[in-house]
Amino acid sequence: MTSKSREDAQHPPSRCPDNSAFKQQKLSAWQPELTPASVLSGFILIGVFCLTMGVCLILSARSVKEVQINYSDKCLNCSKLRENSSNWNTECLCSADFKLEEKIQGDVFMYYSLQNFYQNHRRYVMSRSNAQLLGRNTDIRNSNCAPFSTYRNGTPMAPCGAIANSMFNDTISLFYYTNLSTAIQVPLLKTGNSWWTDKYVKFHNPTSHNLTSAFAGTARPPYWQKPAYLLDEENERNNGYINDDFIIWMRVSAFHTFRNLHRRLSRTEQFADGLPAGNYTFHIFYNFPVSRFKGKKYLILSTVVWCGGSSLFLGIAYTVSGAVVMLAGFIITAIHLKLKKRKTYFQR
Amino acid sequence: MGCLIFRKKEQAYVEKCWKDVQVGDFVQLQCNETIPADILLLYSSDQNGTCHLETANLDGETNLKQRQVVTGFFHQSSEFHPEFFQNTIVCEMPNNDLNKFKGYVTICLPCKLQKVSNIVCCNVAQSNFHKIQGIQREQPDSKKIGFSSENLLLRGCTIRNTEVAIGIVIYAGHETKAMLNNSGPRYKRSKIERRMNMDIFFCVGLLFIMCLIGALGHGIWNGSFSEHPPYNVPDVNGYYLSSALAGFYMFLTMIILLQVLIPISLYVSIELVKLGQVFLIHNDIDLYDEERDFPIQCRALNITEDLGQIQHIFSDKTGTLTENKMVFRRCTINGNEFSHQENAKRLETHKDMDLEDADWAKCQQAIFPAIEIEKQATLKQKSAKPLRRCQSARAHVPGHARKRSLGRCDSSQSQVAFSSTIEKDVTPDSRLLRKVRDAALQMESLSPFTSKATFSSTTATTDFFLALAICNTVVVSTATEPRQRVTAPPLMKPSGISLERIHQLFQRLKLANLSQSFSSTQSRSDLGASFETEDNKENPAAPNSCDKDDDNNGGGRIVVHRKDSTGTHNTSLDEAFESVTQGSLQAEFCYEAESPDEAALVHAARAYSFTLVSRTPEQVTVRLPQGTLLTFDILYTLGFDSVRKRMSVVVRHPLTNEIIVYTKGADSVIMDLLEDPARDGIDVEKKLRRIHAKTQKHLDCYARDGLRTLCIAKKVLSEEDFEKWANFRQEAEAAIDNRDELLMETAQHLETKLTLLGATGIEDRLQDGVPDTIAALREAGIQIWVLTGDKQETAVNIAYSCKLLDQRDTVFTINTENKETCESLLDLTLEEVRKNCGIKKSKWTFFGIGLPSSLPASTGPVPEFGLVIDGKTLNIVFQGELERKFLELTKYCRSVLCCRATPLQKSKVVKLVRRQLNVMTLSIGDGANDVSMIQVADIGIGISGQEGMQAVMASDFAISRFKHLKKLLLVHGHWCYSRLAKMVIYYFYKNVNYVNLLFWYQFFCGFSGATMIDYWQMIFFNLFFTSLPPIIFGVLDRDVSAETLLSLPELYKKGQNSEIYKLSTFIIAMLDAFYQSLVCFFVPYFTYEGSDIDVFTFGTPINTISLLTILLHQALEIKTWTLFHWITMIGSVVLYLFISTVYNAVCVVCNPPTNPYWIMENQMSDPRFYLLCFIAPVLALLPRYFVLALQGTFVACPILKAQQLDKLPKEQRDLEIHLWRTKNQATLGTSSVCVDEVNLSTSNVCLSPFLHPTASAISHDNLGLSPQDTNPRREWILNRESQYSIRRQTEEETTSASSSVTASPWQYQFLTDRNASPGQFTGQLTDGCAERLNRGSHRRSVSAVTL
Repeated sequence: MTSKSREDAQHPPSRCPDNSAFKQQKLSAWQPELTPASVLSGFILIGVFCLTMGVCLILSARSVKEVQINYSDKCLNCSKLRENSSNWNTECLCSADFKLEEKIQGDVFMYYSLQNFYQNHRRYVMSRSNAQLLGRNTDIRNSNCAPFSTYRNGTPMAPCGAIANSMFNDTISLFYYTNLSTAIQVPLLKTGNSWWTDKYVKFHNPTSHNLTSAFAGTARPPYWQKPAYLLDEENERNNGYINDDFIIWMRVSAFHTFRNLHRRLSRTEQFADGLPAGNYTFHIFYNFPVSRFKGKKYLILSTVVWCGGSSLFLGIAYTVSGAVVMLAGFIITAIHLKLKKRKTYFQR
Repeated sequence: MGCLIFRKKEQAYVEKCWKDVQVGDFVQLQCNETIPADILLLYSSDQNGTCHLETANLDGETNLKQRQVVTGFFHQSSEFHPEFFQNTIVCEMPNNDLNKFKGYVTICLPCKLQKVSNIVCCNVAQSNFHKIQGIQREQPDSKKIGFSSENLLLRGCTIRNTEVAIGIVIYAGHETKAMLNNSGPRYKRSKIERRMNMDIFFCVGLLFIMCLIGALGHGIWNGSFSEHPPYNVPDVNGYYLSSALAGFYMFLTMIILLQVLIPISLYVSIELVKLGQVFLIHNDIDLYDEERDFPIQCRALNITEDLGQIQHIFSDKTGTLTENKMVFRRCTINGNEFSHQENAKRLETHKDMDLEDADWAKCQQAIFPAIEIEKQATLKQKSAKPLRRCQSARAHVPGHARKRSLGRCDSSQSQVAFSSTIEKDVTPDSRLLRKVRDAALQMESLSPFTSKATFSSTTATTDFFLALAICNTVVVSTATEPRQRVTAPPLMKPSGISLERIHQLFQRLKLANLSQSFSSTQSRSDLGASFETEDNKENPAAPNSCDKDDDNNGGGRIVVHRKDSTGTHNTSLDEAFESVTQGSLQAEFCYEAESPDEAALVHAARAYSFTLVSRTPEQVTVRLPQGTLLTFDILYTLGFDSVRKRMSVVVRHPLTNEIIVYTKGADSVIMDLLEDPARDGIDVEKKLRRIHAKTQKHLDCYARDGLRTLCIAKKVLSEEDFEKWANFRQEAEAAIDNRDELLMETAQHLETKLTLLGATGIEDRLQDGVPDTIAALREAGIQIWVLTGDKQETAVNIAYSCKLLDQRDTVFTINTENKETCESLLDLTLEEVRKNCGIKKSKWTFFGIGLPSSLPASTGPVPEFGLVIDGKTLNIVFQGELERKFLELTKYCRSVLCCRATPLQKSKVVKLVRRQLNVMTLSIGDGANDVSMIQVADIGIGISGQEGMQAVMASDFAISRFKHLKKLLLVHGHWCYSRLAKMVIYYFYKNVNYVNLLFWYQFFCGFSGATMIDYWQMIFFNLFFTSLPPIIFGVLDRDVSAETLLSLPELYKKGQNSEIYKLSTFIIAMLDAFYQSLVCFFVPYFTYEGSDIDVFTFGTPINTISLLTILLHQALEIKTWTLFHWITMIGSVVLYLFISTVYNAVCVVCNPPTNPYWIMENQMSDPRFYLLCFIAPVLALLPRYFVLALQGTFVACPILKAQQLDKLPKEQRDLEIHLWRTKNQATLGTSSVCVDEVNLSTSNVCLSPFLHPTASAISHDNLGLSPQDTNPRREWILNRESQYSIRRQTEEETTSASSSVTASPWQYQFLTDRNASPGQFTGQLTDGCAERLNRGSHRRSVSAVTL
């Protein structure tokens, strides 16, 4: 040890830098090469892939069957009625008929669609209390719910916030005319429409021996006609905060025109293959006002495929970009062919 | 670190930490201790009350400095007792001037012993003085003792050669001069950063516009509702905002939302990247100097990329281009030239040895005479032991720069300044050596009898070497004690041989010599003239060797001659000498000099056995060739200063008792001060005149060879004159006011009527690889200027030898002191140059400042110009507002030399070029005189050479050799610039791209400031997911390999012209960012439009897509994929997926209003997500990749070409590079073919046109045969003859009228002097174009030039 230190004293450490690949910046590296061959093969490969993908996407999107009914126009009288907010308590029933020319096979989903409803408004998006929806006993006065957190008398709203308050509350039922006069109600499922995680992780009712007591001491939001624990009177497990309709509404939409899954077809009896062709009618208890913000309401019956709904955009995008990439490849090839003779840079 | 501080409690010195040292403490310092604070010296164990310091830490000077105890306190007998110190010290406020310090001690006469309440420090308000009190009350009967910097021990220095020193702390801690001088690296902002800041303003503007759009949009959207919709949430109290107010609030919201547009992270990343770059530069083994164990030092951390944008280099000459290892090369004594051929040869071999690092002693064995070998042997034996001592003494010097590996220390002299072996060993010229021996003998025999100095060549020789040995400020130390000053002459007698015996021996030899070889060796005739003829006969080549370029030939002859003369006749003499030298070799001396020239001269004198043995302020001892020790009393030493340009010593000769003044100085000065020869008889006058003329000729010839010249002269004073002068001098020294001027005056008074002894030529050797570096840098489009304080001739010669000027260049020399002349000269030259450049005048005179960056390209094919200008002319240029013209002229010139420039002028020139031309400048220098220039330039580079550390301290980068500049600029500069520029651009792109995504969403959410991306994800995006790849890119990416960059310097131009980061590239990047963000947003938008997607589920694919796009964009930029690149690239994506998944899986309510729970997982189970993640990046990057592919496959720009070259195997690459270069040169050549068709045949004959007027004429043919020139060649031949005559005439004039500017024969000149300007105007305009001269429009050219 001592001899070593003495040696060190005699040989002061050299300040010579290490001759390592890193410090001398000589790390072995792959240098991408933009040779005509590699570039062109890249272009062609991507182009071909995009084109085939685009064709597949378009084909599958075309296979989607979809029916869309604008019932805010069809139920003009109800729309007019709802324009005046003082009539909020008046019931308004309206029906919308439509005819399926051909049957819709497979799982059929019923959506309601709102136009011009800015669910993505910043203040609107914020106006909720996740903790409350999780069933926690939190003081919502300090949450983002204001001004839809408490009533003047201090009673907290359950659920609080603008999102919950403005929940879509039309009641819709679908009837199928087996013949001209007799209509049977199409069986639609209320549950299983929302994300599993939402229903079982994000949303919980306050814990109590029964739902009514759980919501004791709270009041329904001002726009609501009934308290949260009565959202689905038939099914205890689809009530309160874990009501599927409510959960779906609380998942705020990305755009001002959007659809939300409302019901799905229960494939039983004559609806086992989907919806048969024929006449149908929607019976709607028209509650949700849209004319105030120049909105429209639609009801949509649709199937889904692996790549989403009926939107053709993705398929077109793939096809077009495939074509563009191919074109670019051809342009490069063309230039190369044209300049081949003049190209002198490395070859002597 | 600790030091000993007096504590009154213990009544003893106690070890304390440096940090506890306070003002007023008494500190005891031991030998070799580093001084902890600024201390006033009160006691020294030295007999004379002196204390020796090594100040290398402070100013880099390696010689010892002497400090004096404060006058009143020097009592050698008694110990110093701090407790009795009861005085008040008043001194200056702390300042940073190392050389100035003033103050006084008020000594109270015996007063009561009183316990000193230790030291109060206070500021006396009015006097701005700093006061330290030992006692509380001031005594009325006190007396004041002044002290100065001579008494101050500065912090950081090291005590040497003094056992114990005690002092009182005056300044401590941060108030010390050393600390105040250490201002730390100056903050410089690089060009990219300056540009970047402008672009950040652009970003601010963009942000403002975006926010404004948001605000207006929100206002309008808000106002479009007649009734408040349910999604318009009122504020907490249930009130709705008016549209205008909502719009205003939205503006602020948007600022917060979109502030990422201002790339704050860019600044952080840049710092990190620069740190990495600096690290890599610092670790480059090619920039490491093994000899000095010195890697490159990057002192500035934030301007690495500027290295890649340099357009102008300003270089110092001495120590930068040259080694600043002064080597004695030649001398002329009394008009006889001694060319020292052996020495030259030795230097040649030394050069090789330097390279090969061979054991030099072995080689010397072959070259040196037997004596030398003996010397080496003894030296080597001795060197081992003292070495360890040096090392241990140095071990505790903190951070000392000169740590050496043991192998290199094999002569202890390496520890000492200016004493490398190459400087130390001078092989004497055999002819001169013999002459010296004879002279010494003669002196020995004659000196008792000759009271008056007769003018003889022999005494001149003796005097010459005595002057070399004495006239300096060299400090002598011995090899055994390298840091110990030898103050007393050694007591030993020259061993064994008594003086008498030597005397006898010499007498005998002399006789023998006389009888044996009177004719073949030197005559000892008193007449210099006859001697000279003898000499010429003997070796006719030698005196003329300057004019004819046949040195080698002559050298060969000399050697032969020497062999037979010494071999046959002088063996006995050699024997005698051997015995003498052996005897006297007991101590090997080390010389420590303030300037390397001095050391070189002393070593030279020693080679001729005039050994400087010791030096004290009072005495200097020299050992003569015979071994006699002569001790001269030094009466006065008039130090060197730059105004006088000379130094003198006044000594009393011990034998003759004469008072002699030896003066050594610049030739221009000394030649003016010589005694007027006309005073004596006509014979003497003639002779003297001839000697002067010859010496002048030799001097010119030395300068031509790039040697530094010094003239040595002497003067004998009579006692009375000296007395008179001494009184005068004492008065001056005692004077308080304008002391400096008085001292100067007295010095000037003394240094007149000198007798010329001779002159020396000292070589300052060119550093390794300088011409190559300069050529490469020039090829890289960098203009190189040399700013030197040196003589014009020397500077020009160095310029030629380092390829700064080419032999075929046209060189304009402008030397004038008159404004009008200067202006007209500039005009004239400018006109000429313009015409030759064939560039339309209007193009250049629009703004006075053209496009500097495009200049090198445009001047490519035309003949190259060089400009030489001197300090006086520069002054005129600066005063006379001729800067514009000057700059315009320099723009056409390939290189510019400013000679005789003061440090201030250097910095002014740099500033001028930097400001006016708006170019990137780099200054490189090694000495204190370059500091200002280094600081002014955009990049200052210090060379850690021989002249101390000031330049290094002031610099941004410190290198050890000039050649390192090549790699530093061409490779590291290029890399740093391209890396950083690309990174900056990328950052702007990245931020704009990402922020725009949020902005586009505003159009779909009623401009409400909503985001579709969870804001933790947003923060992570910039912080983790996309930050590392650009940083790795900025540190590690190399677009072209180092080898290719070095072999193709023109690649540097990319950085010079800021091609990577300029407005156009920035705009392209911005447009690209906009396009990409549009793709990244709208492809998912249209895909999900009208579906049941929620806000954050929509945001997730967008976030992912933009991440992929941004990373792939970076991937397109990366040219070399090392492991680090792969890791960071793939790692970023993996990290993103991992963190997002985990975050989305874990966090149920952690981010209150938004709730991204399970969104990522949900998305990853959706095929659409993957479809989007493929198509959007492809679409987004398609345009960029298309362009890149086009560029890449067609290889448009040189960088891409070089990249392709890199991929070739080595041999093929070399071949391609060679082809490329030849092709480039060929294109240059074809365009300049008009210039030289005829003279191609002639130009290769005349390698050195400055030696031959014919050649210079040919070199002007380049100009003369330019296309518009109609002069037939015949006329040129005529001209050539006339040039001959003119040149002769010029020489005549200059030799007779020494006041006029020396004609520099290396260039043909038109002396435009004459009667035209009655002032002191001396304009020399060098030009070869007859057309201009024949035009005759200009009065000066008409009057002066007769062709």
